[in-house]
Amino acid sequence: MRLLPFAISTLVTAGLVFAFNRPLGPLPSPPGKFFSPQHGFWQNAEPTDQSFDADISIPGIKGKAQVYFDERLVPHVFAENDQDLYFIQGYLHAKFRLFQMDLQTLAAAGRASEIAGKKAIEFDKEQRRLGMVYAAENTLKMVEADPDSRSMFDAYTSGVNAYIGQLKESQLPLEYKLLNVKPGQWSNLRTCLLLKMMAKMLSSGTENDLLNTNAKAVFLPDELKMLYPQVPDSLMPIVPKGTAFDPAGIIPVKPASADSLYFNNKSTANANEISKPDPNNGSNNWVVAGTKTASGAPILCNDPHLELSLPSIWYEMQLSSPASNVYGVSLPGSPFVIIGYNDSVAWGVTNAQRDVKDYYEIKFRDNSKKEYWFDSAWTPTQLRIEEINVKGGPVVYDTVAYTVFGPVMYDQSFSKPVSANRNLAVRWVAHDASNEGFAFYHLNRAKNYDDYVNAISDFSCPGQNFVFASKGGDIAIWQQGRFPARWNGQGLYVMPGEDSSYMWQGFIPQKENPHSKNPERGFLESGNQRPVDSTYPYFIPGSYITARAITIEKYLGAMAGIRPEDMMKLQNNYFNTTAEDIRPLLLKYIKEGALNAEEKKYLQWVRDWDLMASPDSKGQTVYQNWWDSLQVCIWADDLARADSAAFPWAQTTMELLLKDSAMKFIDNINTPAVETLYDQVTDAMHRAANRLATAEKDGRLEWARFKRPAVYHLLKDALPAFARTDLNIGGNGDIINAVTKSHGPSWRMIVQLSAETEAYAVYPGGESGNPGSQYYDDYLDKWVKGEYYKLWFMHESDKKDKKIKWVMNFSKS
Amino acid sequence: MKFIIALILTAILSYISGIYFPWWGIAFVAFIVAILIPQRPGKAFLSGFSGVFLLWLALAWWIDRNNNGILAMRMAELLPLGGSRLLLILVTGLVGGLVAGFSALSGSFLRNSGK
Repeated sequence: MRLLPFAISTLVTAGLVFAFNRPLGPLPSPPGKFFSPQHGFWQNAEPTDQSFDADISIPGIKGKAQVYFDERLVPHVFAENDQDLYFIQGYLHAKFRLFQMDLQTLAAAGRASEIAGKKAIEFDKEQRRLGMVYAAENTLKMVEADPDSRSMFDAYTSGVNAYIGQLKESQLPLEYKLLNVKPGQWSNLRTCLLLKMMAKMLSSGTENDLLNTNAKAVFLPDELKMLYPQVPDSLMPIVPKGTAFDPAGIIPVKPASADSLYFNNKSTANANEISKPDPNNGSNNWVVAGTKTASGAPILCNDPHLELSLPSIWYEMQLSSPASNVYGVSLPGSPFVIIGYNDSVAWGVTNAQRDVKDYYEIKFRDNSKKEYWFDSAWTPTQLRIEEINVKGGPVVYDTVAYTVFGPVMYDQSFSKPVSANRNLAVRWVAHDASNEGFAFYHLNRAKNYDDYVNAISDFSCPGQNFVFASKGGDIAIWQQGRFPARWNGQGLYVMPGEDSSYMWQGFIPQKENPHSKNPERGFLESGNQRPVDSTYPYFIPGSYITARAITIEKYLGAMAGIRPEDMMKLQNNYFNTTAEDIRPLLLKYIKEGALNAEEKKYLQWVRDWDLMASPDSKGQTVYQNWWDSLQVCIWADDLARADSAAFPWAQTTMELLLKDSAMKFIDNINTPAVETLYDQVTDAMHRAANRLATAEKDGRLEWARFKRPAVYHLLKDALPAFARTDLNIGGNGDIINAVTKSHGPSWRMIVQLSAETEAYAVYPGGESGNPGSQYYDDYLDKWVKGEYYKLWFMHESDKKDKKIKWVMNFSKS
Repeated sequence: MKFIIALILTAILSYISGIYFPWWGIAFVAFIVAILIPQRPGKAFLSGFSGVFLLWLALAWWIDRNNNGILAMRMAELLPLGGSRLLLILVTGLVGGLVAGFSALSGSFLRNSGK
């Protein structure tokens, strides 16, 4: 009887097929499909001699168009009209970066749980409660209200979907196979979501209202001014010092109750942010006039500092149509070039760091959240039911109440311990209708200073420092955004929300935004510092970074006859301005007699150090640990009195110590003795030495080996094998070459606007998002070394040029 | 001789199936080949197993060679197979081979019981 063995072996076969056709073990992907060389991950192993030549006949295209890929896989797109141009940009973004676009916009919309499962639920709730989708919907209305804007966004969306539509399962990007999910259709809303992701990244972490509220509960007003000052002593503002400002066009009025209900309110915030953007999200940009350059033409430089990832946040490309010809980097998920240059002008951006987000305390009538007390009456809220789909789990529902201020982000139903008993509504400029994307459309086409100002004048959020140079010889910078006109102290803390008296009373008129054009000194720069000195007639809180701009000013001020190579050196400069200022104090107050032999050795390294945070510097490692420890020694005891408060900026601590070496916070309030600066500086060295000894044992005292810079895949810890780790690069957040652990210059660009534009750039990644492609990380080593690619601005007449490796022809089907 | 024919037929048909059908097409291929070419169950298992094992091994090896090992090294880190490309290729063959082998075994039993 063979039936029994037949039954058994068939069962085993069926069992194997079944088992291999569903997730097995830790891998979410079915192993049968995943390992099959004709279906699974092997299909993503791109041959190193892969050709990107193609004839693509597709509906949605109006005319003919060509994409010329150079040897770095940078596409140079030539289309007969603008719609085709952005259609192809969408197609190429999807072809090379689909998973990235999909993931980032899912996360922006609070839909990360659809991919990551239940561990992302709190993150998703926070995104929705911050009103990310609400904000994107408001932007979408504006985008689609204007026929020109709508047609460009529509074309981009059609291009993305045209690529997704023809994608076979075996060609899905590797991450989809690993996670066993499928890409979603693109839409104009998703483009808006991507821009809101940028808005959150750059303008949501630039306030500390919740932490400040906690600090206010325990510190006196004078102490708060000491800990969190508005204008640093050593500030080098964006608008050169001595520039006269017009009187304020709007003068906001402080409510009569401000002292009693606001400044002297001692309640804590009782809420914590889950995904606060990195405070180092900053950037450098600068521009020098022809008077300071060797060629006599202006040179513009920009390096935006962001979380570094593989694939990179940027996708390099050239976009050419009869109406425009522009080169630079784009954001996969959005049309247009974001940072770059055209035949006539160049521009770059850094973050404004301004506070454009406030919280208001809401009194609900009851737990239904249907009504809240506003202007002496119970007022209905609008309830938005949020449905969060969770991979491998039941749907989670959340109800968000919308008030006149905005969504109530924190309330009792936002799971503890995130928020306890206070209801906090959030007012954020990013909620307001605006069309940031289209500002770039116009910027891509700018021919001169006036075009540039017109292009950016409606740009609202995130506020950016747009630096500019033209072939006409103009240089300029505008800090552009929609910034609330605040009365002194407004919005530093959670504000009362029971009536309209604490609401924003208006916005600073656009023409009064900080700006400068063709200053006599011949250069302009921004490095996330406060844009203006104390003579600016508005109260402008923010999360400013002071040190980098000081370094940039110091170098640019001294330079003459500048060539692009000098700018390369400057973008990769390691000079530590903070250390230059604080080292004398550290060396003066160290009690050398209290140090052991090891510590004396470390001290000597700091003494001998050249103040450069270079990769092999041991002095930088010791200094940084020592200085960081000193800040902990000084502040930890005082801040522990508060229910989580922010550390003062390093710049503030330095300025306080240099001004008064006996300032009251030096003492550790938890000990009966009164500690002096001598005690704290020495204690800080002891603490640092502990960490340094461990590092020394591992042979990791050189700064790069200590810091261990890395560029991770977008999915970070889930895919460590797709990361590039232990990069030999120095720098730090307060240094021009601002590489921290996994954060730093995400694109370095130098453009000399000579008759024939000369441009150089590099980013830490590669054009392909596919970890199985040689173009996944091929720029990274060059970036680490501080080297650049010479950019090729292709012209119509270059179609036979040897630099062209592949051609994609698009035509209507 | 039968063994070799069964093995080659399994490999060729599995490759074709892979172009048009999902990965589990190999189970049907091995099953049908075992019915068409009668062999003792042990031999049927081996020819089915080897047919797909060698096919997947060869395909993976060829892809890896053209890719210069870029992806295989990363995948072998991730899975984790200690970064060994060879091991990754072997595991690939094994996954396909096992399914095809057992399926061929079933086919052979069916053919024999039908006698």
